[in-house]
Amino acid sequence: MSVRFGIAVFPGTWSDRDCSHAAGLAGAEAVPLWHADRDLKGADVVVLPGGFAYGDYLRCGAIARFAPLMDAVRAHALAGGPVLGICNGFQILCEAGMLPGALLRNSSLQFRCQPTWLRVETQATPFLRECRQGATLRVPVSHGEGRFYADRETLAQLNSEDRVALRYSEADGRLSSDANPNGSLQNIAGILNPERNVLGMMPHPERACEELLGSADGLQLFTSAIHQLASQAA
Amino acid sequence: MSAAPATPAPTEEELHELALTQAEYDAAISQLGRIPNRLELGMLGALWSEHCSYKTSRPLLRLLPSQGPRVVQGPGENAGVVDLGGDLLCCFKIESHNHPSAVEPVQGAATGVGGILRDVFAMGARPVALLDGIRFGDLDQPGQRQRFARVVEGIGWYGNCVGVPTVGGETYFDDAYRHNCLVNAMCVGLVERDQLVRARASGPGNPLLLVGADTGRDGIHGATFASVQLDQGADERRPAVQVGNPFLEKCLLEACLELLDDPDLIGLQDCGAAGLTSSCAEMAHRGGVGLEIAVDEVSRRELGMTAYEVMLSESQERMVLVVRQGSEQRFRTAFGRWGLHSDVVGRVISEPIFKITEHGEAVASLPLQVLVSGVPERHPEARAAATQSRLRDADPLDRDPPWSLAEAWVRLLASPNCGESRWVWRQYDHQVGDDTVLGPGGDAAVLRLRGRADALAMTVDSAHRSAGIDPRRGTAIAVAEAARNLACVGAQPIGITNCLNFGDPDRPEIMWQLEEAVAGLADAARGLDIPVVSGNVSLYNQLDGQGIPPTPIVGMVGLLDDLDRRLGSGFTRAGDLVALVGSASGLAGVELGGSEYQRLAHGVLEGQPPELDLDAERRSAEAVRDAIAQGLLASAHDCSLGGLAVTLAESSLLGGLGARISPPLVSPERAGPSWSFGLLFGESQGRYLVTLPPSALESAQAVFEEHGAAFRHLGEVGGSVIAIEGLVEIQLEVAREAWTGAIPASFRSSVSGLA
Repeated sequence: MSVRFGIAVFPGTWSDRDCSHAAGLAGAEAVPLWHADRDLKGADVVVLPGGFAYGDYLRCGAIARFAPLMDAVRAHALAGGPVLGICNGFQILCEAGMLPGALLRNSSLQFRCQPTWLRVETQATPFLRECRQGATLRVPVSHGEGRFYADRETLAQLNSEDRVALRYSEADGRLSSDANPNGSLQNIAGILNPERNVLGMMPHPERACEELLGSADGLQLFTSAIHQLASQAA
Repeated sequence: MSAAPATPAPTEEELHELALTQAEYDAAISQLGRIPNRLELGMLGALWSEHCSYKTSRPLLRLLPSQGPRVVQGPGENAGVVDLGGDLLCCFKIESHNHPSAVEPVQGAATGVGGILRDVFAMGARPVALLDGIRFGDLDQPGQRQRFARVVEGIGWYGNCVGVPTVGGETYFDDAYRHNCLVNAMCVGLVERDQLVRARASGPGNPLLLVGADTGRDGIHGATFASVQLDQGADERRPAVQVGNPFLEKCLLEACLELLDDPDLIGLQDCGAAGLTSSCAEMAHRGGVGLEIAVDEVSRRELGMTAYEVMLSESQERMVLVVRQGSEQRFRTAFGRWGLHSDVVGRVISEPIFKITEHGEAVASLPLQVLVSGVPERHPEARAAATQSRLRDADPLDRDPPWSLAEAWVRLLASPNCGESRWVWRQYDHQVGDDTVLGPGGDAAVLRLRGRADALAMTVDSAHRSAGIDPRRGTAIAVAEAARNLACVGAQPIGITNCLNFGDPDRPEIMWQLEEAVAGLADAARGLDIPVVSGNVSLYNQLDGQGIPPTPIVGMVGLLDDLDRRLGSGFTRAGDLVALVGSASGLAGVELGGSEYQRLAHGVLEGQPPELDLDAERRSAEAVRDAIAQGLLASAHDCSLGGLAVTLAESSLLGGLGARISPPLVSPERAGPSWSFGLLFGESQGRYLVTLPPSALESAQAVFEEHGAAFRHLGEVGGSVIAIEGLVEIQLEVAREAWTGAIPASFRSSVSGLA
């Protein structure tokens, strides 16, 4: 039985097709989840893809958190189901209170579409369990508001609880401000919820699933989750 | 129309406001057999504007070759369409948004992108790529950095929000664009053959739906605004610039594409320049029917809008559809799912007239023949400026160079025109869609076609400096360069779209430029056998009498047979051989006329533009493609702006590898003081800088010989120095600093930040 990825589709979502494509490459079945429905259509994993959910003329994700679909996503997460928020999906998870912190305007005040290196900070999540801690992944970013911000206490907690999943780094894993495309605090590119089943990240792993497009490193996030679910089912 | 005779004749000022001449007004009266009322006059003014009617350029555009075995739709629809084989069609067009961008850069540029996207999805095609051609004054001049930065912001904002990758383009700075920036946007879409939609109304009684944004007072007279010169009061015209809503566009796009399978969809058209008036009139006219619109049914953004304002509003993100009678509710529900409001605003009628009613009474009634094609063609006088031929008399090699070869080389690399444009394209999402195999920064972008071995290549090019000296040759050079860019990645050109950006055609020297440029476009399109399938003309790019140089911008789409054989422009391996290939005359060229070096070093435009041999161009492009297809080459780069030296440096920088080559020519005994500058920085046409493994040398030479194209082995890739033996060398790192800093440095150099 193949694992089913539910790909959320808000009217302004644009990486839904890319996420479906990536899930397919990883060997999963992908089903679109319409924002106005509360139906996850039996999805084992929910992906909130990139885009501009309802235009994001207000804060990114500020309206999307109220979408009927988000009630179902919350319930799925509470039941331990894996949720991956990419770019706008990460912003929505923060607005929805499913992840701490906020994504602010890039420090450059400009949109940035560029390749980045991500250092894997923890394997203790369904999405990174097959990556090696300390390894680096080549994955691009594409956003105008991706500067991760959280207050001091939250940052301390994220660090002490090993909930920083990914940091922008050099190719060799060194952290530097040059490697940080948006001015995120502590080079944070992705974080986990306390239960570790919800991962929010600004970079786009679905764009890094084929060498043809520059990198296949992002595929590991999809395959890790698939293998985890398969092993649970077994 | 009983109310019409009471209308008093408009004053000269009112006619000017509508961009109509007295002669055109008289022609309208004679064709109608009566005096048009104010609403009718407004509609005529909009549709008879240069922007909508091409009344000045149409007689010329007929000269362009638009036929070919792959052509499915030539000029005349929303966009051109070529056949990619296997029932897949490619739909593309380039269009200007110069005037709005000059007044309000962010929104002007953004809505330019929005408009071209709608042109493509109105054909039923999913937009898969955007490109742009943008031009500004020099960045050290007041206001230019801000205008440039904000245009880039606007292009990025719209494309990024809609989720269509911006994969390529061309940015150029020249004082000649100080008063008139150019913003041309190109969109490429894909559509299955059976889903191609045409913008035609048919079937009397069928309802007309207007969907998307409510109609507001924005952009009234936008079409006429684009058809007159800007003046110092341009800022007061801001209400003529529309405001974009990319989120709404995204919803419209998805909803329209979802509806393509519905057999009851008859015609689809975007509401662009001149709003409802133009979109509906053209749709009905193409279908040979009429339309009746009840303005009361149009949902509005503001209270108290008149029929005139409703019909001429250019509110963005609106589409009109003709659907089969009885299916309207189904369509409205489908749009509703995307949160889109739609109204049934009218019906198709059999009599070919455009009828507007308000409160049940007819307020306008115009025969479509008069409205759409009644405008008298204009044939303004064309005469070359007296100074034109003098430009060519000068010999650019006679000037004393102000710099050493090394300094000139670094200065060129550090100029925003030859330098790296990453500053621009890193603000554009160039990857969304997961199909961008080669993105911005190379000769041409390459997108894969899902489920196929072949791939799509595309580029935007122009050569306004050459066109400034010789518009005919300069335009042909732009086409040749675009074709070379496609050949560099391994692609065969299959279609051209073009945007002709010119000054005021009522000035004889501008009209002459336009005529010459169209002739050059036709020369090159015929010579290289590439049909021109769509295009746009932007005239009156002029402020207080100062016009832009003739600036034809060419968009070109091509096909690579085998995606896996695609090539980049950067060096790939130390030890590879470097060769200059192409036309023999070009290889021997030392041509500085119209070059970027000439602009930087001397601030002048003089001499002959580079020779162009279209036969040789075609042969060498075939040779390059053939060598790529046989897997013989490791990189290929078009030798153009900045000449051999800049091309060499770019390939080095892109690959992170130095190179050492010998000059392709030895200096003659009696050479002008700038001869070696001409050798290094001259922009002779028809040349490619390629690399290949030593093992492929013989086979490659044979391929080029077979095609009758010159091949000269000049040196080798490797090391940390870029050197042209016996003349000059620079450290790769010095070149990198200059090249990568070219645009960013302009923003750092001023303490006051944005001027």
